[in-house]
Amino acid sequence: MSNDDEAILEVKGLKVGIEDTPILKGIDLRIPKGEIHAIMGRNGSGKTTTANVIMGHPAYDIEEGEILLDGENLQEMEPWERSRQGVFLSFQYPQSIPGLQVGNFLRKSVSSVRGEEAARGSDFRVKLNQAMEELDIPKSFLSRYVNDGFSGGEKKRFEILQLMLLQPRLAVLDETDSGLDIDGIRTVAKGINSVVKGTENGALIITHYSRILEHVNPDRVHVMIGGKIVASGGPSLAILLEDNGYDWLEEQIAKGADFQ
Amino acid sequence: MSEGSEARDAVGDYKAGWHDPENSTIRFDFGLSEKVVRDISQIKNEPEWMTEIRVKAYRHFVERPMPTWGNTEELMEIDFDKVCYFLKSSEGIGSSWDDVPEDIRNTFDRLGIPEAEQKWLSGVTTQYESETVYHSIREDLEKQGVIFLDMDSGLREHEDIVKKYFGSVIPYSDNKFSALNTAVWSGGSFIYVPKGVHVEMPVQAYFRINAKNMGQFERTLIIADEGSSIHYVEGCTAPTYSTDSLHSAVVELLALPGAHIRYTTVQNWSNNVYNLVTKRGVAHENAKIEWVDGNIGSKLTMKYPAVILKGEGSHAEVISVAYAGSGQHQDAGAKVHHMASNTTSNILSKSISKDGGRGSYRGMAKVMPKAENCRMNIVCDALILDEESRTDTYPTMEIANSTAHCEHEASVSKVGDEQLFYLMSRGHTEAEALGMIVNGFFEPFTRELPMEYAVELNKLMSLEMEGSIG
Repeated sequence: MSNDDEAILEVKGLKVGIEDTPILKGIDLRIPKGEIHAIMGRNGSGKTTTANVIMGHPAYDIEEGEILLDGENLQEMEPWERSRQGVFLSFQYPQSIPGLQVGNFLRKSVSSVRGEEAARGSDFRVKLNQAMEELDIPKSFLSRYVNDGFSGGEKKRFEILQLMLLQPRLAVLDETDSGLDIDGIRTVAKGINSVVKGTENGALIITHYSRILEHVNPDRVHVMIGGKIVASGGPSLAILLEDNGYDWLEEQIAKGADFQ
Repeated sequence: MSEGSEARDAVGDYKAGWHDPENSTIRFDFGLSEKVVRDISQIKNEPEWMTEIRVKAYRHFVERPMPTWGNTEELMEIDFDKVCYFLKSSEGIGSSWDDVPEDIRNTFDRLGIPEAEQKWLSGVTTQYESETVYHSIREDLEKQGVIFLDMDSGLREHEDIVKKYFGSVIPYSDNKFSALNTAVWSGGSFIYVPKGVHVEMPVQAYFRINAKNMGQFERTLIIADEGSSIHYVEGCTAPTYSTDSLHSAVVELLALPGAHIRYTTVQNWSNNVYNLVTKRGVAHENAKIEWVDGNIGSKLTMKYPAVILKGEGSHAEVISVAYAGSGQHQDAGAKVHHMASNTTSNILSKSISKDGGRGSYRGMAKVMPKAENCRMNIVCDALILDEESRTDTYPTMEIANSTAHCEHEASVSKVGDEQLFYLMSRGHTEAEALGMIVNGFFEPFTRELPMEYAVELNKLMSLEMEGSIG
């Protein structure tokens, strides 16, 4: 294929299990430069596993297939190496680290991922202030401990703040919209757009609902059922799905419908 | 294998594990006897009453059995006949670093003491083996009447004060190791802060053991007169040897009415040092005593900083952290006695165990029958980094007054795989991630330290987390 080198993320025939239980049963996914893709699906369909496996979660065994970032195989890389390579995961359940201050953590993370220069001096501070302002995060946030005692909404905003500062090649967002009110969703969408739109970066948004997709306008929508991507299409697929439900979609697929 | 390379091999990650050639001017033979005790007193040219206390203490030490609690197995391993009880490496005490013998000066240079002194300390005393080798205090404090001396000079120059308070907080009969210390003590700090004087910047003492099989028995006495305040910081290190050394200090604090003493320790002995220390302070009316106690090194530490809340409205604060790595047992904790009404205490204890290390919290909180409206709050948190490591808690509370308000919380946690994954997904290696979690866990302690110490401690802990990742 001539445009292989144009893809940020390529997942090919990915089969993944955890302790001998198969979860992903052959996933193919390709995100070209500058595109935002979405994966929708019910609970237990394998969405979060997909996100975790791309980031390199140690609990999963890759049985078959490969994951390429900018043509480079991620398989042998530790999560921190993938992060430095440009992968970012916004967690569904961000972990709290008591005693580790947000400001300190952000600076260290930027230094690890983007190099010491990026974490130094006023340049870092200016970017940090801008991002915090855009996300409506108060200054006092910086002296709190990472995710410790954060509300659900604060955790999600903090994930997006990290996204904006780390400026990854590929942002994977695992249900970042869940539990957020409409203002929260809008803010989060603004953050995602700011790192992808008009760039050559890409994003993979994992969600139950089409609402966040109204604010980020994905280029492609994929539907996952039982560890497989069963349908892919344009943004209208999300709306169809929201209106009719997964059972309907499964029936359509059984009838041989194609949503391309 | 030569002795030198053996020592180097044993150093490993411990950055303070080097040793200097031993150039002693006086060195006692191994072992303890009444003669050794009398000889120490004679060399120091002490008054008769001090010799007598020493001898009494020695006799008590001989009769007193080993404690039957703590790590009794390790305690029984101590061979008191294989310890050198007195070793002098320098003639006199330098008041300029140029007066300190070169080897010793280099050691303290490497430990960063002269640099810290210039930047942020009010005074410094450094002890090498048995005696103080360097001492200085800022002139303005001296003019205000602050006394900051090594204990031997304190006894010579202020015998009346020492006689009045020495052993008044911790009598030699308190325990086997306070008896041992009283018998053979040498060095340590003597501090007197006059009424109403606030010593703004901390004073620091640094203790270094250099020789093999050394016993260091410093004795510290701090008296803060009415309405005064002082922050005392101590650090310590030793070379790594394959044989054991013994450090057994006694520290007595007196906070007179309205005074405030903060005593900060960052203990980083090498893993062949027994660290058996008795620390206790008496707080008079509205006085405040704070122990900020960090135990990172040593083979076995048994230490429970104590506060006797003797005067109404007095307050005790004990914040302690312990890190127990391979072959280490940190048996640490706190003791608070509420003797008077309206007294308050906070105890926060945090321990980390790793690579088979063992961290224990041992606490005693007492409220006496006549002490009304006392409040105490005790929090113990333990973090275990692997399956081989161990943590125990031995809290004791004796509340003899029904108006007391007591709270006690304890938690044990493990580092979660999800926590590590989260941090690693932000570009941090597993060791860095573990370092962040561990330093975060110690943060309530670290934030109480002078900044320079906090930075050092964070580095130290991060280093401990490296090389351990399988």
